[in-house]
Amino acid sequence: MATAVVGSRIKRREDPRLITGEAKYLEDIKLPGLAYAAILRSPYAHANIKSINIDKAKALPGVLGVFTGKDFADVNPLPCAWQAGGVQNNANTPRILEIDKVTFTGAGVAVVVAEDRYTAEDALELIEVDWEPLPVVVDAYKATQPGAPQLHENAPNNVCMEWTVGDQSAVDQALHSADIVVKQHILNQRLIPTPMEPRGCIAQYLAATGEYTIWMTSQAPHVMRLLITAFVFGIPETKVRVISPQIGGGFGAKIFLYPEYCLMPALSKKLGRPVRWMETRSENYISTTHGRDHITDIEVGAKRDGTITSLKVNTYANLGGVLSTIAPGIPTTLYGRMLSGAYKIPNIFCRVFGVYTNTGMVDAYRGAGRPEATYVVERAVDLVARELNMDPVEVRRKNFIQPEDFPYDPIILRGLKYDSGDYDKALDRALEMLDYANFRKEQAEARQQGRYLGVGFSTYIEICGVAPSAWIGLPGEGWGAALWESANVRVHLTGKVVVTTGSQTHGQGHETSVSQVVAGELGIAVEDVTVQHSDTLGTPFGYGTYGSRSTAVGTVAVYNSLQKIKEKAKALGAHMLEAAVEDVVFQDGKVHVKGAPDRAKTIQEIAGAAALAYSLPQGMEPFLDDTTYYDPPNCTYPFGTHICVVEVDPSTGSIEIKRYIAVDDVGNVINPMIVEGQVHGGIAQGVAQALWEAAVYDENGQLITGSLMDYALPRADFFPPFELDRTETPTPVNPLGVKGAGETGTIAATPAVVNAVVDALSPLGIKHLDMPLGADKIWRVIQEHTNGV
Amino acid sequence: MYPTEIDYHRASSIAEAIELLSQNDDAKLLAGGHSLIPAMKLRLAQPGLLIDISHLEELKSIFVSGDKISIGALATHAQIAASADVQSYAPALASAAGIVGDQQVRNWGTIGGNLAHADPASDPPTVVLAYDGVIHIQGQSGSRSVNAQDFFVDLFATALEPGEIITRIELSNSSSAKSAYVKLSHPASRYAVVGVCAVLEMNGSTCTSARVAVGGATMKAVRSPGAESVLTGSSLDDSALNAAAAAVKSDIEEFLIGDMSYPEDYRQAMAGVYLKRAVHAALGS
Ligand SMILES: Cc1cc2nc3c(=O)[nH]c(=O)nc-3n(C[C@H](O)[C@H](O)[C@H](O)COP(=O)(O)OP(=O)(O)OC[C@H]3O[C@@H](n4cnc5c(N)ncnc54)[C@H](O)[C@@H]3O)c2cc1C
Repeated sequence: MATAVVGSRIKRREDPRLITGEAKYLEDIKLPGLAYAAILRSPYAHANIKSINIDKAKALPGVLGVFTGKDFADVNPLPCAWQAGGVQNNANTPRILEIDKVTFTGAGVAVVVAEDRYTAEDALELIEVDWEPLPVVVDAYKATQPGAPQLHENAPNNVCMEWTVGDQSAVDQALHSADIVVKQHILNQRLIPTPMEPRGCIAQYLAATGEYTIWMTSQAPHVMRLLITAFVFGIPETKVRVISPQIGGGFGAKIFLYPEYCLMPALSKKLGRPVRWMETRSENYISTTHGRDHITDIEVGAKRDGTITSLKVNTYANLGGVLSTIAPGIPTTLYGRMLSGAYKIPNIFCRVFGVYTNTGMVDAYRGAGRPEATYVVERAVDLVARELNMDPVEVRRKNFIQPEDFPYDPIILRGLKYDSGDYDKALDRALEMLDYANFRKEQAEARQQGRYLGVGFSTYIEICGVAPSAWIGLPGEGWGAALWESANVRVHLTGKVVVTTGSQTHGQGHETSVSQVVAGELGIAVEDVTVQHSDTLGTPFGYGTYGSRSTAVGTVAVYNSLQKIKEKAKALGAHMLEAAVEDVVFQDGKVHVKGAPDRAKTIQEIAGAAALAYSLPQGMEPFLDDTTYYDPPNCTYPFGTHICVVEVDPSTGSIEIKRYIAVDDVGNVINPMIVEGQVHGGIAQGVAQALWEAAVYDENGQLITGSLMDYALPRADFFPPFELDRTETPTPVNPLGVKGAGETGTIAATPAVVNAVVDALSPLGIKHLDMPLGADKIWRVIQEHTNGV
Repeated sequence: MYPTEIDYHRASSIAEAIELLSQNDDAKLLAGGHSLIPAMKLRLAQPGLLIDISHLEELKSIFVSGDKISIGALATHAQIAASADVQSYAPALASAAGIVGDQQVRNWGTIGGNLAHADPASDPPTVVLAYDGVIHIQGQSGSRSVNAQDFFVDLFATALEPGEIITRIELSNSSSAKSAYVKLSHPASRYAVVGVCAVLEMNGSTCTSARVAVGGATMKAVRSPGAESVLTGSSLDDSALNAAAAAVKSDIEEFLIGDMSYPEDYRQAMAGVYLKRAVHAALGS
């Protein structure tokens, strides 16, 4: 099929404009008459709004308007689009400005629009709110206990949903008859996604046509348009155009519909001016979604030989004060159903309580549910190994799903089956890179010297290409919608190709990888391909970019259109060559007569003929143009082995990452450099959860880690060079054989690091530590365990 | 991100800056702006008037005169780190300046602004204190100089009077001493969680004089007389270092600060650990 362009490390076509500063981000957009909005946010985590006095703010020169929630009482609350099982009549979602009550610090309650942002900020200080503070709860478990403050009348004990998967009694029996059972309380702390560019929105309403143009920092512009029009304002979709300009990263936090994305259009309509709001980092930290935040108890049962027989998981998932767009789907479908990991675990049961607390909204953050599941599974395997005094590598091998088991049905995936894999192969390669036998020797010597050297493994799998109607479409489980993806491929008269796609790129390099696929299929230069996206006006409806789906779903849509275009080109080429279709082939950008490669027409010649269209075969429409809407039959399941080597400094508790090895299998690879870039960033984020990052609320619901001076994002110099390799097991799910590579690093890395630190400290009898493994925590643990003996 | 309205004046001389400063209660000097401007963006600082001194050449120079090195208040961290004179006269200051924040911060932040701001997590105060530095100050009523010992008063508080400006920092030639500054950086800000500076005069393997200062862990940079006396006269062997570490911990007890990530007791313990590391680094051992 494809020529060598697919699979080659061509440089990213996006980079010149990003590096030279020519790319236009939201803040670069200047419109005549642009007005600036600033939002008054609740300083309380839980409070009633008794009254708001805006008189002084309104009187400030330069202020164009001041509004409160009451001014938008007729606007619907934002929708919760993924009401996973159990969420019934208690989906409480944000309003574009809250009216009577707030349930987290940072909820918007009033807005000022002014001639400039400085004046708008000054006016915010003049708004007087009469607050009635209420008792606060920030911990998801405590929120469900008797006597806890109640956030919403429709959610007794603050439980938004109780969701289960698996057969509880079978699991209880299996645990009962297991040789060993290990129990562990496991915390997966809250994280803040922190894209380089915070969120923003500009809206322009034109009264003459009744149409809105909304620029927003969104990973899913078509979905935003749908939600804004159909759910929030109740106006036709055709009245709104959504544009995502250049987006400075998202990590999931820009998937969702936020109040400001509806507030700006409403303000533009009221004031007759285009209005812009751009988040500050402080606002971003309190009012954009967070990720993770699970409190979990596990019981894992095994035979004495290391065979895992059962896993029981109980999780309190913190969803925040109100629900973000797909919040309930993350700790259920994308978490509970992934708890088999890379292993044959015959009995799994998981119960998840989705809980309202007085904290910021929690939703998908890079990996979304799968990092939490992988953390549970990979910690559980290590706990079993420890209990049985076995090598954690051996326990993994013992329980791996084998190549001949695919397609493998882990039962809890609601009918979907793991597509393909060779888990031992990736593990073998990683162990070879580590030189495992030698490492254990070194470790033994280090221990003799009182040094704390450790190694941790994560033989993860994950689920990508979140889309299939067969899964995500099931009401009560998914969105009640298939997340198919779309593509239009058009070969212009000169043979230059324009692809429009419903997916959205915000750092992943889709423009490059899609171009490579097109160039490979049509035999043209990469430079002759233009990829357009992110504007609802020019692109077919698509569900956007998240869940590592843009290649496994979006690019497959492009590929399918290319096949149809090649068929048509063949027919036209045969006509031009005066040959029968059966007698020609499409190869290397040409249609030629079989066995006579000189009798050929190039794709450019054929495209020209198709466009000029004065001599087409009977019944053929002009132009090479095709649109695909692709609903894949299954998800894809990347896997691999990550290994982390650490040394703990017992005098300070500091952890040094000495080596980081990753062997990932993401199926076929279109551009290895782009995949490696994704893996690098993902590892950095995953390691950061293990060691540094934590969003912490105090008991009053104030975010203590509210700035980049406190919230420790990873930096390049925190890491050794990553040692990467790949195995390539194509997926049979799609014709490209691609699985998805956007999240593997984040999903795999966290348990590898924690397992390594626990291994390093195992001579002290330490079996588990909760993240982040900050120096103070580790130092204290070492003090306790060494002074005690 | 959006400060309140401010007036801005670019001072043409030190004298003019002092004059404006003493005439306007809500005026602030602007040097590198790397503490002041972030605070203004968060509206934590709301000065009515900014007096920009950042371009005053006479406050930027670094020169040696006799056995002293004189560093202008507006010398940036990057400039100090790269200065051959500082590297030879006060090597620990050069290396401390080289690990302040990141490169951007070092290119803008100044030593004068840093000392005046007196952030407990800063690096230069600890080093200037260990070197027995002298802070030269100018005000409406003339010039004065204050020993580093007396300059740092409390959290974000110094001996500067309203209307005064730091002009220069003077250190004695310590090129014969062994000195080093080591720090435990906060992973987010890179400010010092604990910073320790040791300046050791050696006669063979015997330490004839030791000066030890601690910052980060404490509300202000403080000396450790206990550690200094333990180290002086010792051969800096393990038992001396252990005793010195214990002494540092008790000397800083009353000044300790802490937070969620790094509580007081942790910082106190680390002051002991980092003292040993500072001595080893100074000796190159
Ligand atoms: C991200 C970041 C990381 C940092 N990390 C570190 C670190 O690791 N270690 C560290 O030590 N520092 C760190 N800093 C602080 C930085 O080193 C600056 O040195 C410090 O901000 C003050 O210097 P400045 O020139 O920027 O002063 P400015 O911000 O301009 O002024 C600070 C204060 O001092 C006053 N002032 C300035 N100059 C004078 C003067 N000559 N006389 C009297 N008053 C004066 C100003 O009026 C103001 O009140 C960091 C800063 C940032 C933004």
